[in-house]
Amino acid sequence: MISNKRLVLAHFWLAFAIFGLAVLLGEWQMFIRSPLHGWIHNPDLYYRSVTAHGTVMGYVFPTLIAMGFGYAIAELSLNQPLIGRRWAWAGYALIIVGSISAVIPVAMGLDSVLYTFYPPMIGNAFYYIGVVLVVVGSWIWVALMGINLHAWKRAHPGAPVPLAMFANVAGAYLWGWTAIGAALELLFQILPVALGLSHTINAGLSRVLFSWTLHAIVYFWLMPAYIAFYTIVPRAIGGRLYSDTMARISFVLFLVFAMPIGIHHLFADPQIGSGFKFVHSVFTAMVSVPTLLTVFTICASVEIAARLRGGKGAFGWLKALPWDNPQMLALTFSFVMLGFGGAGGLINMSYQLDSTIHNTQWVTGHFHLIFGGAIVIMYFAIAYDLWPHLTGRAMQDLRLIRTQLWLWFIGMIVTTFPWHYVGILGMPRRMAYYDYTAPGMSAEGVAVVMSAVGGALLVLSALLFLTILYRNHSANRVEPAPFTFSQAIHEPTSLPLALNGLGLWVGLMIALTITNYGYPILQLIGLHDADVPAVYSGGQQ
Amino acid sequence: MNDKRSRLVSLRNPWFTTSVGATLALFLFSAFVGFIWLPSAQDDALFKGLLNAICGAAGIPRTWLSETNPPVAPKVPLSTVILTPEMLSGPGMRESVGRGATLALRCTMCHGARGVSAANTPNLAGQYSPSIYKELRDFQTGARTSAIMAPMVVGLSDQDLRDLSIYYASLPREPSPGADDASPALGIVATGSPMRNIAPCGSCHGSLANKLGAPWLSPQPRAYLKSQLEAFANGTRHNDVSGQMRNVARHMTQDEINASVDYYAEKR
Repeated sequence: MISNKRLVLAHFWLAFAIFGLAVLLGEWQMFIRSPLHGWIHNPDLYYRSVTAHGTVMGYVFPTLIAMGFGYAIAELSLNQPLIGRRWAWAGYALIIVGSISAVIPVAMGLDSVLYTFYPPMIGNAFYYIGVVLVVVGSWIWVALMGINLHAWKRAHPGAPVPLAMFANVAGAYLWGWTAIGAALELLFQILPVALGLSHTINAGLSRVLFSWTLHAIVYFWLMPAYIAFYTIVPRAIGGRLYSDTMARISFVLFLVFAMPIGIHHLFADPQIGSGFKFVHSVFTAMVSVPTLLTVFTICASVEIAARLRGGKGAFGWLKALPWDNPQMLALTFSFVMLGFGGAGGLINMSYQLDSTIHNTQWVTGHFHLIFGGAIVIMYFAIAYDLWPHLTGRAMQDLRLIRTQLWLWFIGMIVTTFPWHYVGILGMPRRMAYYDYTAPGMSAEGVAVVMSAVGGALLVLSALLFLTILYRNHSANRVEPAPFTFSQAIHEPTSLPLALNGLGLWVGLMIALTITNYGYPILQLIGLHDADVPAVYSGGQQ
Repeated sequence: MNDKRSRLVSLRNPWFTTSVGATLALFLFSAFVGFIWLPSAQDDALFKGLLNAICGAAGIPRTWLSETNPPVAPKVPLSTVILTPEMLSGPGMRESVGRGATLALRCTMCHGARGVSAANTPNLAGQYSPSIYKELRDFQTGARTSAIMAPMVVGLSDQDLRDLSIYYASLPREPSPGADDASPALGIVATGSPMRNIAPCGSCHGSLANKLGAPWLSPQPRAYLKSQLEAFANGTRHNDVSGQMRNVARHMTQDEINASVDYYAEKR
């Protein structure tokens, strides 16, 4: 039973509302860059849009989802009222204030620096302050998740922590630690320049600090989706979770390996030694371990559901699955996109292969397929599953929900596969216009138009999604059955200390951060020759 | 609580020993490959030896190639000016304007009594001070050649050049209607030509964005703009740091040069 329904709904609605707006911006960007539209004569409009799209989709939207879902999990899995409800509202308010502070200068064209900040470009300080406020708001959530779990453990000494909460807190701690990199960059490097206290910036150091955040943030986005894989989908399709232990091991491995790998974003950066690039490449490869563990465990759980429904044979059980169940559809689409996206990711993370696709549209395709595809489709699934419990009304539009999920899946494939293809042809990303009349580029035109069409399907699907949620608020009142998470085949009765708390894994995460980031950061801090003049964006000089 | 921690962090806890041991082993293995094995496999004298391999892979800056390949000496003097955004601002501006106004008396013959030229020389009134300063320094060092300007600046100190720049920047810029409106701008000004590596003029020289050191061009005399663009194109002017203007101008067609010059000159 959720007692703080308004808090959870407020987070979800704000998240999905700004998501809807950012989807529109994304499609506009794809359209004006495609051969369907002439060259845009003020490229700054494009970069403004990219900055807004990236800031909303990268920072605000997934953070709000993780927070809202986290507050729901804390109550539903621990069966205790949320401790610190006022603080939770304060965090929510900080996110609103931060978002407004960030979006206004971006809309005015004062901060066309993209959500990755790209120093030595420097824009108006209010944008950066806004992003910091969003992060601070989310840190309140991190603290609350830790406090709620701690209180529950004190009241239930030795009892196994429910899997959903265990994973939720793992995600919170991961975010708490990983956001520090970008926070350090903003507070000690970018903001002093944006406020006029300094005019030079160590851009190489900034990029290293940002990479500290940049890759682990992806796993923070991913956590709610993985929590849904393990704790919602098996229950929703009438199965059992294959292994609770395997789930816990996956989450703690994400905690350990998500962090010390960000330098694989800097393979082309000269300020990092090749040795560190190699080490980060190896640790990035390790992320495939919890990913594959998850794929195995969830497929096994799905098979259990199929066999319970009478499925037979080596593959015949697939037919017995409840394919009309939105959770089943969402899981399938998510896994297909995760599979393709993950395979593409192997290229990105390998030190040598990366050079063929570095900074091309391939990269844009990759993270849209993983985040916009595999992860966001599970955000939809989470909303569909939780909504009746939040509104007390029946989810009646099952056919519409299936259409929406299909549209999102097809739209995302049609958008991102051509992006991967033109990336291999060498099309650079983050350009406001391309010369498709040039002989070397004309072959890319068709693929770019295809991805713009895919984007239109995504807009349609997003509208449908918002409509379904909105309509539910006026649907028939029902008394939904008590919310439950998936049951494992063998529910844990007692757990080893290491899997009933996160101390060991947080320790390893911090230790690996020190070994993998310590020297590059210290070396660059001492390298004063590396300070370069700021390049002011938005007409400041 | 402490008891729990001591049971967790203990060599008798297999979870602890396995996870820490495996992580350590993985780190040591990847560090060995990345810092010792791979660099040593490079066929490069500078990576030979354990210490060199480790230092190289760690990214310690060294003048690796200084002995084998000394830098190529340029045939012509190049610009040595380093501009930073704050160099011509701060306290003392008012005095600079006064001193600059006195020094500028020698400039009025060509650049006009108030920095607006009637003689096909650049308008200086309201020009960005770092842009003026850079050109004056380049005239002094010979990075930019001019039979007229070189003798005018030869005896001036660095402070004189700064004062002159600040003075001219302080004068009111000649009004140029629509100078900040990019919508009617030509293709070459607003978009450049990406496949020929021609950046849009407006992305540095105003209307889209301004970059430190790049002057605004609107309004400047047509003859001056054209002669300078052509001088960049054929390499007789070479004081653009990193050669960015030479690389742009050399790829422009005569029509594009004329069109962009007309665009900036007609905004008068």
